[in-house]
Amino acid sequence: MDFTLPSELEEMRRTIRDFVEHEVEPLAMQIEEEDRVPDSVLEKSKELGLFGLSIPEEYGGIGLNMLGKCVIYEELGKTINGYTTIIGAHNGIGSVGIVEFGTKEQKEKYLPRMATGEWIGAFALTEPQAGSNAAAIKTTAVKKGDRYILNGQKIYITNAPYAHVFTVMAVTDASKGAKGITSFIVERDFPGFRVGHIEKKMGLHGSHTAQIFFEDMEVPEENVLGREGEGYVNALKILANGRAGLAARCLGSCEYLLDKSLAFAHERIQFGKPIFEQQIIQHYLAEMALEIELLRTFVYRVAWMTDQKMNVIKEAAMLKLYGSEVYNRVADKAVQIHGGLGFIAEYPIERFYRDARITRIYEGTSEIQKNIIAAQLHKEYERTKADV
Amino acid sequence: MHVVVLMKQTFDTEERIRLVDGKIAEDGVKWIINPYDEYAVEEAIQLKENQGATVTVVSVGNENTTQALRTALAMGADEAVLIEAPDLSDERAIAKAIVAYLKDKSFDVLLAGNFSVDNGAGQVAIRVAHELGLPHIAAVTKLTIEGNQATGVREIDGDVQTVTATLPALFTAQQGLNEPRYPSLPNIMKAKKKPLTTLTLSDLGLSNDDVAAKVERVEVTLPPKRQAGQKITGTPDEQAEQLAEILVKALR
Repeated sequence: MDFTLPSELEEMRRTIRDFVEHEVEPLAMQIEEEDRVPDSVLEKSKELGLFGLSIPEEYGGIGLNMLGKCVIYEELGKTINGYTTIIGAHNGIGSVGIVEFGTKEQKEKYLPRMATGEWIGAFALTEPQAGSNAAAIKTTAVKKGDRYILNGQKIYITNAPYAHVFTVMAVTDASKGAKGITSFIVERDFPGFRVGHIEKKMGLHGSHTAQIFFEDMEVPEENVLGREGEGYVNALKILANGRAGLAARCLGSCEYLLDKSLAFAHERIQFGKPIFEQQIIQHYLAEMALEIELLRTFVYRVAWMTDQKMNVIKEAAMLKLYGSEVYNRVADKAVQIHGGLGFIAEYPIERFYRDARITRIYEGTSEIQKNIIAAQLHKEYERTKADV
Repeated sequence: MHVVVLMKQTFDTEERIRLVDGKIAEDGVKWIINPYDEYAVEEAIQLKENQGATVTVVSVGNENTTQALRTALAMGADEAVLIEAPDLSDERAIAKAIVAYLKDKSFDVLLAGNFSVDNGAGQVAIRVAHELGLPHIAAVTKLTIEGNQATGVREIDGDVQTVTATLPALFTAQQGLNEPRYPSLPNIMKAKKKPLTTLTLSDLGLSNDDVAAKVERVEVTLPPKRQAGQKITGTPDEQAEQLAEILVKALR
């Protein structure tokens, strides 16, 4: 067993760490307050190649495996989560669909410009009445000649205000339930496409989430992604693919919080000595460090399993669940260790505390992850019973 | 045009220096390209992009130094050479090793940092120029190459000095010359496939005597801890008197 990373991934880690430390982190407070990532930061991120992580080299990206993506996400997790979310949503759910299920023509048309970040990607599944119960979507796609006519509404679509390419799930055959859903590649300038209201959020400032509307929007049939009727399965696969990366981002944020908390505990003097000398503080830090270490091991194990093409449905769900829950527990302890300072908005801890909360909800809630895990356990049980 | 960059791997400038048994501890240390050498690498890559050049980066060090060389390749250098000689300790010996490598190579521009942020001697590059009989311009903040003519601009005491040289020549980089780029992720992948050659001193035809140290390091110490400040109290007259006493004492 060998836990060392290939040297080029170590090099990437150093580069991203350097970049985050010097180009993003100094602007974190500004991004938070203005709820906007400066264009210059996004431009530099694009030059660095951060928008082509999932896209194969032949289409202008880097085509990193999951291990590589997790290394980069871990480093990106150490700064303002809103910035990380723009990049994570683009490389994950925003572009993986086309990479995995796209035809050669679709890949040639979309991926090169997505790899450079000229075209930002987004993923549109959730609707007002269909969140965790994703198969209940109501957006319709009716075939008319060589095109489909889409009507409906999507909500909470990350990157929607600036994305150009959307992976959209819509119902092509209402009689078939989940098997009547098809995925489409939708461009922002298709007639009938409209971006609605940008949501005000508790956290993830700098990343924008909006509603989108399709009003008799025409989508050419060559923009069907995968086969008709496979949209729901595609969506689940795309979401499953993103889970390890999301956990890696949580890991990076946890590491940042532990660093800050450890330093603060040594610097803050109360009762005539650093608060680190209080055993309760030591225990908080020990618990944080333990959970972070377990998360790190788990992230890289699932990444490795994914790269070995192993079935990771159960493990990816466990990882997403564990990563987001650990992030919330670590953020809570970090606030507690920092005391009043942990509650002050001029200091980054409370920002991470707020940003952590959504990780238990988006890309599959903690509860849904438990359902997935249990369903897999049940399958395993049925299989062993069949063997006997 | 062939540009050769002499570079060194150093401690990160934010690294805390620790002494263990009279030596600087290297475990767990973050290593970087010496910042002044990074300007040199960037300048070479800009020459490549703007005027067409091949860029070779050369470093004397140990196996760990390949990391810095790979970074330079990822920034855009074409090939890298590691002269593996971890025991070389003085600047003269390091310059000898570099000269032994360069003497039968053809090149137009040699670039290096003004000095290294660790030992800060600022000797190696200039010794190389001297041994090869090349002109050199030190601490340039602007470099222009036209044909076989080079113009370097240096900052001197609130003014600038413009110096010209005929190629081949050596230039050392000062802060302000350029803004080094981050190696992009695709280029990090590509750098893996770029040639990195490792040479030993015997490959370069050097014997131990050739590179024997002329300078012996007697002791390494950390700078003395800063003394706590002294507070002067009393009436202004009394304070002035105390201050005068302290100053006189310090000057003696």
